[in-house]
Amino acid sequence: MPETVILTKEDMRRAIVRIAHEIVENNRGCHDLVFVGMQTRGVPLARRLSDAIAGFEREEVPVGALDIGLYRDDVPARGVAIQIKPSEIPTNIADKRVVLVDDVLYTGRSIRAALDALIDFGRPERIQLAVLVDRGHRELPIRADYVGKNIPTSRRDEVEVRFEETDGMEEAVLVSPGEE
Amino acid sequence: MSNGPRSNAGRGAGTAVKEERGVRLPPTLPPFWHRHHVLDLDDFSAEEIGLVMDTADAMKEVLSRQIARVPTLRGTTVVTLFYEASTRTRTSFELAARVLGADVMSIAASASSVQKGESLVDTVLTVQAVGADVLVMRHRYSGAPYLAARHSNLKVVNAGDGWHAHPTQALLDLFTMRSHLGDLRGRKVVIVGDITHSRVARSNMWGLTAVGARVVLCGPPTLMPVGLGGANGHEHDELALPPVEVDLDLDRAIEGADVVMALRLQLERQQAGLIPSVREYVRLYQVNPERLARAKPGALAMHPGPMNEGIEISPEVAHGVHSVIEEQVTNGVAVRMAVLYLLTNARSGAVLGAEGQP
Amino acid sequence: MRAGVAIRGGRALDPGRGLDTVADVLIESGRIAAVGPGLAGGVDNVIDAEGLVVCPGFVDIHCHLRDPGFEQKETIETGTRAAARGGFTTVCCMPNTEPAIDSRATVEYVQRTAAAVGLARVLPIGCVSRGRHGEALAELAELAEAGVVGFSDDGNPVGDGALMRRALEYSRALGLPVIDHCEDPSLAKDGVMHEGWVATRLGLRGQPAAAEEAAVARDIALAEFTGSHVHIAHVSTRGSVDLVRAAKARGVNVTAEVTPHHLTLTHEAVGYSGGGNDGLAYDTNAKVNPPLRTPEDVEACLEGLLDGAIDAIATDHAPHAVEDKLCEFDQAAFGISGLETALGALLTLIPGSRLDLPTIVAKLTAGPVRALGLDGRGLDGLGSLSPGAPADVAVFDPEREWVVEPERFASKGRNTPLAGRTLRGQVVATICGGRIVYTLEGAGIGRT
Repeated sequence: MPETVILTKEDMRRAIVRIAHEIVENNRGCHDLVFVGMQTRGVPLARRLSDAIAGFEREEVPVGALDIGLYRDDVPARGVAIQIKPSEIPTNIADKRVVLVDDVLYTGRSIRAALDALIDFGRPERIQLAVLVDRGHRELPIRADYVGKNIPTSRRDEVEVRFEETDGMEEAVLVSPGEE
Repeated sequence: MSNGPRSNAGRGAGTAVKEERGVRLPPTLPPFWHRHHVLDLDDFSAEEIGLVMDTADAMKEVLSRQIARVPTLRGTTVVTLFYEASTRTRTSFELAARVLGADVMSIAASASSVQKGESLVDTVLTVQAVGADVLVMRHRYSGAPYLAARHSNLKVVNAGDGWHAHPTQALLDLFTMRSHLGDLRGRKVVIVGDITHSRVARSNMWGLTAVGARVVLCGPPTLMPVGLGGANGHEHDELALPPVEVDLDLDRAIEGADVVMALRLQLERQQAGLIPSVREYVRLYQVNPERLARAKPGALAMHPGPMNEGIEISPEVAHGVHSVIEEQVTNGVAVRMAVLYLLTNARSGAVLGAEGQP
Repeated sequence: MRAGVAIRGGRALDPGRGLDTVADVLIESGRIAAVGPGLAGGVDNVIDAEGLVVCPGFVDIHCHLRDPGFEQKETIETGTRAAARGGFTTVCCMPNTEPAIDSRATVEYVQRTAAAVGLARVLPIGCVSRGRHGEALAELAELAEAGVVGFSDDGNPVGDGALMRRALEYSRALGLPVIDHCEDPSLAKDGVMHEGWVATRLGLRGQPAAAEEAAVARDIALAEFTGSHVHIAHVSTRGSVDLVRAAKARGVNVTAEVTPHHLTLTHEAVGYSGGGNDGLAYDTNAKVNPPLRTPEDVEACLEGLLDGAIDAIATDHAPHAVEDKLCEFDQAAFGISGLETALGALLTLIPGSRLDLPTIVAKLTAGPVRALGLDGRGLDGLGSLSPGAPADVAVFDPEREWVVEPERFASKGRNTPLAGRTLRGQVVATICGGRIVYTLEGAGIGRT
């Protein structure tokens, strides 16, 4: 199926740096900040954000990984069985400022599940959301605090973000099905 | 590998990220997971066992959280039906179900109409009628869970049937071994005790041979069933026994073992005349420090519980550095959570094709 | 028109008398009148048997009619109807009823009821011990006068050696055999299947072959010692066949029978569920005593039939109600409902088809009659097509294929491990005492 590149490797790098600065500005520093990346591709994104911040603030923001397989509400409807992995939240998130990180924001259901999961780990002071691509079509009242790029899409489209660690390259593409 | 009971499974994992039309999803369960029941490990492939182990890893992490509770099985009713008393297994299952957010009902046979002579099939249909989804069953007669699975729409987990199988026990034993030893291929596992009457031994035989371990069974000749350790002419591969070794001499069998698993000796066996005395059993078959010294350094000492300390296992071993017996109990909850999760999420086949696309 | 029945143009097969030829069989006044060509002219009842086999009605020397006392499992009526469907015109019923057949009154009840139903000859077997309790002898002479054809405590063994000795001594004077279900109680205790690798696989307690062989050896020794006739019921192991063979060679008065299921099925039938995703079968319909054994044992039983060590095939028809089998394997009743599947199973499922059709017929007719000496006492010629013999005839199609559907059995016992199997060989008509007692619907056979 035909792919259109919506973010090149350079575009991604610049967006990540910009979001990193926004996060630090918005939170008035890195104090008590924790990044929690959503499995799978939110995790490399969270690491890049932490690395970027380490670059200009010289501070290490801890990065955790969250698996929401046990919290999804759409599993029974689709009859799909999800393979679950352990979550790894390195610090106690109680009273911390958590930034949930995911590569693509779409219906918002994954984020809802992630909020439920996070609360089970402890009660953060605040939770914000950073995404690389917002493709619209929200089904729940969820919004991102930090967005790399807004891309209008149709429901039949797919958006894929690729990272070196997971896919061997860095780019974001829009996949549009041709004639059906 | 011969065309054993696993010939129709194990086609390899399908764990790449799959995108359903327009919706991002984390990795779906591999296409080889199709079970609606967990009755025995005899037809589990190494991949399926690996899947249970990986899922149990995730469940263990859930159990470590401040609030160890997830909503995954919300709306699912799990019923435990135990015809044999068992505190530890039943509470392990009930806890597993509750952590997953399921509703749990427990039926102890002595308290119910079962005592009045209600047949097993009628009892199971009653359980189904009150809205159960999953039945966790323990019964004193081998084969009972197969009867329940065949005559109802419930998903059945065998929590122990007669002498035949105890699959979740073997899974948690494997999980425990794996967490200490990693890959179990080629590892020597010695199971010692009353093999004839042991469902734990049977299920472990299946699980261990599936993942490539070497199994040696040891025990008194009057407690070792026929047909093991040799080739039996058979017509149906599905029925064949797993490839294990038999050695009636524990001092010899334990040489170089990576794992020694002691089985509980029921004291009724001596009353039934199967062994001359407990004293002689202890002398010949107790897992004690002297014997354990002949195993590999770092060998694991295991026991499915409850233990008769001083009989099949000496207190020094039970509480010594080799012992992982307490971990077995803890791992039991995580493994049972994994089994319940995977069972309730088994794909129905009609919904998705092999690739995960609708 | 002459009164009578003529079965025209079939393969008249009576191996016991060396008869195997296409011929007509003429029946008059309840007896075989003649066998030969061109006998059907002018007879008022003609059955066209072209392409079919016409043989003596089968004689089952071991079956359970459950009546009196267990009518939910079977009655004399449903049991003899099942017999007729299976081509059996004579059955010997075991005394494990309630009350047991240990008195004249019960013997006469069975005889009366069977005669009133009129579908098959029922020859009762009396108890060895009072109530089958295995303690004191029953009144064997009274039972013999009442008309029993032998003595047995089946489904129990005669566990006590001294009792078996006395029974053999006493029965000798009466000219009747003691029929023993050979099983050493202490060795077989609580075993629910054959003790072998399948039992290990299924986690079930088994009984070893030695439990049967030890009892067979004892009975042969006692028969040899007393000079009496012992008949070994349902032989199932190689060791048992060897013992019987050797004893016969020594001149001991021992006879033996084997069931169709011990010639066609092995202990794998208990566990194998047909290879689906169902897992192990724990098929209670394969739970039987003596249990299904190994392929070597099946082979030995076939050898025994072929070389004469085993005299007869008997069904050990053991019907049970649904609830007796729809339960855990350990709890299920022992027994296979076999009258209606015997012929089809023997023609279809014998490994390597080692038994040819005449041998099968011989072992269902002349073999059992000779084994128990049934053709005295007014039944001369029973199990044969000799002129003057009772007009008991089975007509069957050895090529006709049919699917075993237990719900359509005449027997109340639906418990067969052959459910759903396709068998080749089916009875199309049965005649008992000159009356047509069964015809297969759709087979085009006319009735009076």
